[in-house]
Amino acid sequence: MTEFVDTAAEAVAGVRDGATVLLGGFGNAGQPMELIDALLDSGTTDLTVVSNNAGQGDRGLALLIKERRVRKVICSFPRQSDSWHFDAAYRAGELELELVPQGNLAERLRAAGAGIGAFFTPTGYGTSLAEGKETREIEGRNYVLEHPIRGDVALIKALKADDVGNLVFRKTARNFGPVMAAAASHTVVQVAELVPSGSLDPENVVTPGIYVDTVTALTPRTSQTQEVKEA
Amino acid sequence: MSSQNSTASQMGQQPLSREDLAKLVAADIAPGSYVNLGIGQPTKVSDYLTPEQQVTLHTENGMLGMGPQAHGEDIDEELINAGKIPVTELPGASYFHHADSFAMMRGGHLDVCVLGAFQVSTGGDLANWSTGAPDAIPAVGGAMDLAIGAKEVFVMMSLFAKDGTPKIVADCSYPVTGLGCVSRVYTDHGVFLIEARDGGPRLVLREAYGIAPEELVKRFDFPVVIAG
Repeated sequence: MTEFVDTAAEAVAGVRDGATVLLGGFGNAGQPMELIDALLDSGTTDLTVVSNNAGQGDRGLALLIKERRVRKVICSFPRQSDSWHFDAAYRAGELELELVPQGNLAERLRAAGAGIGAFFTPTGYGTSLAEGKETREIEGRNYVLEHPIRGDVALIKALKADDVGNLVFRKTARNFGPVMAAAASHTVVQVAELVPSGSLDPENVVTPGIYVDTVTALTPRTSQTQEVKEA
Repeated sequence: MSSQNSTASQMGQQPLSREDLAKLVAADIAPGSYVNLGIGQPTKVSDYLTPEQQVTLHTENGMLGMGPQAHGEDIDEELINAGKIPVTELPGASYFHHADSFAMMRGGHLDVCVLGAFQVSTGGDLANWSTGAPDAIPAVGGAMDLAIGAKEVFVMMSLFAKDGTPKIVADCSYPVTGLGCVSRVYTDHGVFLIEARDGGPRLVLREAYGIAPEELVKRFDFPVVIAG
């Protein structure tokens, strides 16, 4: 059953110190800013965060890192023109980094949600990011063994949820949302709009409610035109 | 760029400008291809793809049918490319999640990927994700997935480093992104093909720009075959 709560604070109340948190988003697209703000207010700390990036500017994940709530980041691309909070924490030795190729990050999350024990991928073979990992030649091609990444909790953003937690997303804000929803023990979703069951076309549901534990509907933020920086 | 320069480039009397290089890569992409253009210089290729080519652009953050960069009121924070630049969607576009996006790459469904590089080896190894500088913050993004995913990987880069040494090398000194994955190298001074064959790949100079092919191949300390 999916539960519905009124506030982002209630939605993240179950996140414990030391938890592994899967954070949706690619850059700021799809990042659940309100849930992250609530996590910041909750004081939860010592987190391992799994996300594609490691925060930009002074929003979202960047603020969690600024406040030193994050012990470790598992991501593909932390370094950006405006990732100054990550840069400072990393250079100060106050933040552990596990760098994962982006496709491996997505597939490791997918594997966790799909009950796959581990998988062989060609990505990264022969590179420093595969050092120490098991490799195998299969039908003439070389592969690296990669393991799932499971989350205690996933915090993601979707466009709409219905009464049973079925989700639809919006444009490239979908990114890691569906795989993270399946990869966590408890998935929390912020949506712009709640709609009655029956009003989403079942053919178009992207993430079925079985993967969704807690939903909170937020008044959409007033449109913020971001200054967009290079990756 | 003046038309005079363009003519000179076409005649091979000058190195190619970045625009001419992008134009050349665009013209070499087969009609109907699914293509991923890497961040930076490769993005320029999209400016020279023609509607007749019917090329579909993939962006690894979850979209096929990506259109040009968005400006003004068309900017949507939730519609961005892999470089996090706001883009537009074309008729026929589709969205999908990250695992699907990289599965279509890793699964060999993309025809061409165009990437920048620090170095490419004669065997097609690619180095483009890290300079290996000890104080740098590492970041890899989709580089390693892109390198091994597409059916063909084209590299666009300047042929010579600032110190004058070629960036096509016998062995990469920079950390590698993928092994034996590059099939063509488009540079300001020439287009190189890395041809697989029994006994190991060979490097072929398809055409030279601003320098005679016979002179260009002398700049390398390994054999380069001049296309006949």
